[in-house]
Amino acid sequence: MSWDLVVNVVIAGVLTGLVYGLMALGLSVIFGVVRVVNFAHGEMMTIAMYATVMLFAALKLDPFLAVLPVAAAFFAFGYALQAGLINPFITRPEHSQFMLLLAVAIVMVNALLTVFGPDARNVQVDYQLESFELGPILFDRARVYAAGAAVLATAALFAFFRFSLTGKAIRACADNYLGARVAGLDVKRLYALTFGIGSICVAVAGGAMVLLVDVTPALGPYYTLLAFVIVIVGGLGSMPGALLGGILIGVSEALAGLFIAPSAKSMFSFGLLILVLLLRPQGLLGKRP
Amino acid sequence: MNRRAAALLLALGALLVALPHVAGSYALSVATLILYFAYTGQAWNVMMGFAGQLSLGHSIYVGVGAYAAGALFFHYGIGPWAGLWLAIALSVLIGLVIGFLAFRFGISGVYFALLTIAFAEFTRIGFDHLDWLGGPGGMFLKVAQRDQIDLANFRGPPIMYYYAMLALSAAALALCAWLLRSRAGYYWRAIREDEEAAQALGINTFRWKMLAVTISSAMTAISGVFFAFYYNNLFPEQIFNIGRSIEIILGPVIGGVGTLFGPILGAAVLTLLSDGITEALAAFGWEIPGIKQVLYGLVLLAAIMFMPHGIWPALARRIGVDR
Amino acid sequence: MSAALEVRGVSKSFRGLRAVHDAWIDVPQGAIVGLIGPNGAGKTTIFNMVAGVYAADAGEIVFRGRRIDGLRPDQVCAAGIGRTFQLVKPFAGLSVLDNVTVGALHRAPNVSAAKKHAAEIVERLGLGAKREQPASSLTLPDRKRLEVARALATRPELLLLDEVMAGLRPTECDQMVEAFREINRAEGLTIMLIEHVMRAVMALAQRIVVLHHGEVIARGAPGEVVRDPAVLGCYLGEETEV
Repeated sequence: MSWDLVVNVVIAGVLTGLVYGLMALGLSVIFGVVRVVNFAHGEMMTIAMYATVMLFAALKLDPFLAVLPVAAAFFAFGYALQAGLINPFITRPEHSQFMLLLAVAIVMVNALLTVFGPDARNVQVDYQLESFELGPILFDRARVYAAGAAVLATAALFAFFRFSLTGKAIRACADNYLGARVAGLDVKRLYALTFGIGSICVAVAGGAMVLLVDVTPALGPYYTLLAFVIVIVGGLGSMPGALLGGILIGVSEALAGLFIAPSAKSMFSFGLLILVLLLRPQGLLGKRP
Repeated sequence: MNRRAAALLLALGALLVALPHVAGSYALSVATLILYFAYTGQAWNVMMGFAGQLSLGHSIYVGVGAYAAGALFFHYGIGPWAGLWLAIALSVLIGLVIGFLAFRFGISGVYFALLTIAFAEFTRIGFDHLDWLGGPGGMFLKVAQRDQIDLANFRGPPIMYYYAMLALSAAALALCAWLLRSRAGYYWRAIREDEEAAQALGINTFRWKMLAVTISSAMTAISGVFFAFYYNNLFPEQIFNIGRSIEIILGPVIGGVGTLFGPILGAAVLTLLSDGITEALAAFGWEIPGIKQVLYGLVLLAAIMFMPHGIWPALARRIGVDR
Repeated sequence: MSAALEVRGVSKSFRGLRAVHDAWIDVPQGAIVGLIGPNGAGKTTIFNMVAGVYAADAGEIVFRGRRIDGLRPDQVCAAGIGRTFQLVKPFAGLSVLDNVTVGALHRAPNVSAAKKHAAEIVERLGLGAKREQPASSLTLPDRKRLEVARALATRPELLLLDEVMAGLRPTECDQMVEAFREINRAEGLTIMLIEHVMRAVMALAQRIVVLHHGEVIARGAPGEVVRDPAVLGCYLGEETEV
């Protein structure tokens, strides 16, 4: 096996991993603030992918343009989901929250199946076949753009939490729920905003992902599990951790696919998850609870 | 238990024993399925409902139990009565490994749940690569005859499987009722409510949580053996799937986590609901893939939102029996 | 009187922050000792080290001649030390009687014996009428009583009470003081209590240890300690509940 191939596979893994990272970032932000694990995360991701595919099919809209209306719609959807459905559950036990979001996930994945059927859908844009060359190393253009979009969205999210007043208020909420309420913050609204923001991450990641894979309804549960693995490895609630986790999983999937068998790739991810949970349960970049 | 509850339980038992003589073969298979989920839900309930440890990977115990007994039968012709012990031993061993790692490293709550998923998924993919057990192509147990009852090899007509499952469910109910009233029941519930306070009262929480895992995984392994000899085909993709783990916990959650009758009631309600939706859709001619699960999911959503403690506690209050 | 509990030169830091430094405390057999000091003085940290929640950085903790530092909380309980939590921790979903039964099971041969013992204790602490209620429905004073009942049910030889009087009305406080006196007199139960309610400490404790910034700054009979200029100094500017 040539080194060129390995390097190419690793680079593809890193680029895909950045998109994974953005998806997981949504989960991490929601958990970090609302303290609810979104068990419908991957299903939301597939809905975003279908939305992008539909906009492309109907209007010939490039996925990178389609992502704007999809993200806006997802923000509203996430906001409504938290404000309407999840809010009464934030004080309930974990298994109760899990069941709620699981029911949401079951409805989502099967609604997609009902509407679109089980067959794979995709978008076809001309740059999917092109690549940048750097000596023997090839960068798929679509993959580079997808990773670029993920990095851009991540940077915007970091800036939002660091510099905007709302972002700071949300962080205050995450650090100290009671303190935030005493300070007069409208915690319910901030939670809904957070869920909306997490949903934007999913929308952008979904829009980027359709350039890399064909979408089927069955991808939903797979992405949910993947997002969990990533945030646990990176550190639940840690934003840089989600990105690092995404890259690690992206690369480990790519390498396992190359050296062992494509079907064994998620075994590596779960193995990594078990190791991290045991040796560093707060995740690689997480703070000790 | 008050007198009214005892009378109701007796009536239910009589009804279930008489059922095969009045019900058709389809109804019998539905009833067997209900009992299967009632039993397996009861097993999960020991770990989560009693001891408060949320397992989302119980399919690992079903799968390992099914494959252990199935493989002995498939490769060596050894019947399930011997295979049962191997199934239980392996499942308990896995449960103890997961429990030891989680409890010693202080993993709890969501993290524990995700660890159990990770182990189940890891095992699923691993079994896909085990050719000795058939790999992704599956393992098929020989179905010799279906008319006579051959207890030694657990082969026979549907009625035999029905009564086997009924006996298991009744035994599980009795075991759980006894456990709840025993020292273990008190300690588990204390751990579930507040582990630190439990420890301050002299409870070695590690040991008692391990006991809960042991009992729960052993009981679930028996479901696996039943599964193997009832369905006669095993696919890793199917049996270890996270969807199977979720099916196991739906009954107790809808029926009432931590209650004795919740898992049974929940299994009945959900299985009948699923069947009812299928028939209603067929009657209307709406047989589009996925639509059944959408309706099922919506009902589930409504149940969780409006009956957060499950159906049984609400029902028990209404008919005036103990929870 | 021989010492039931000896805290010998114990220190504890949290991330470089010194919580307790070289604390020496003796609790004689059968005595009631009060541990007082301003907020953040390290009182609860000492309790948690005795109870096995934290390991001490230095020093030894000896109970009835046997070292107990390094034991887990359940082993400390088995050694004969019961405790309450400053922030009460009832088993919310269980009834009052079941809460106490869990404690009673520790030394009872079976559940029915434990239930019987628990019922007596519930009665003694004035919770008899509420024994079948879930603990989550109790008021704060009742939750404090439940906390004490549960700890007593483990049949401890030493009881650690962490601010069980806080939030009680004066009459409720007096009842509680009377209950502890009675248990101390009748059964010889040794008690160490952290308390901000001076009314209760002065009435109960035979000896008082004063902690400030993690160090013992005074000790002695209640009357002497409250006149100690160092003690008055550390409380200056602090609001003391009387």
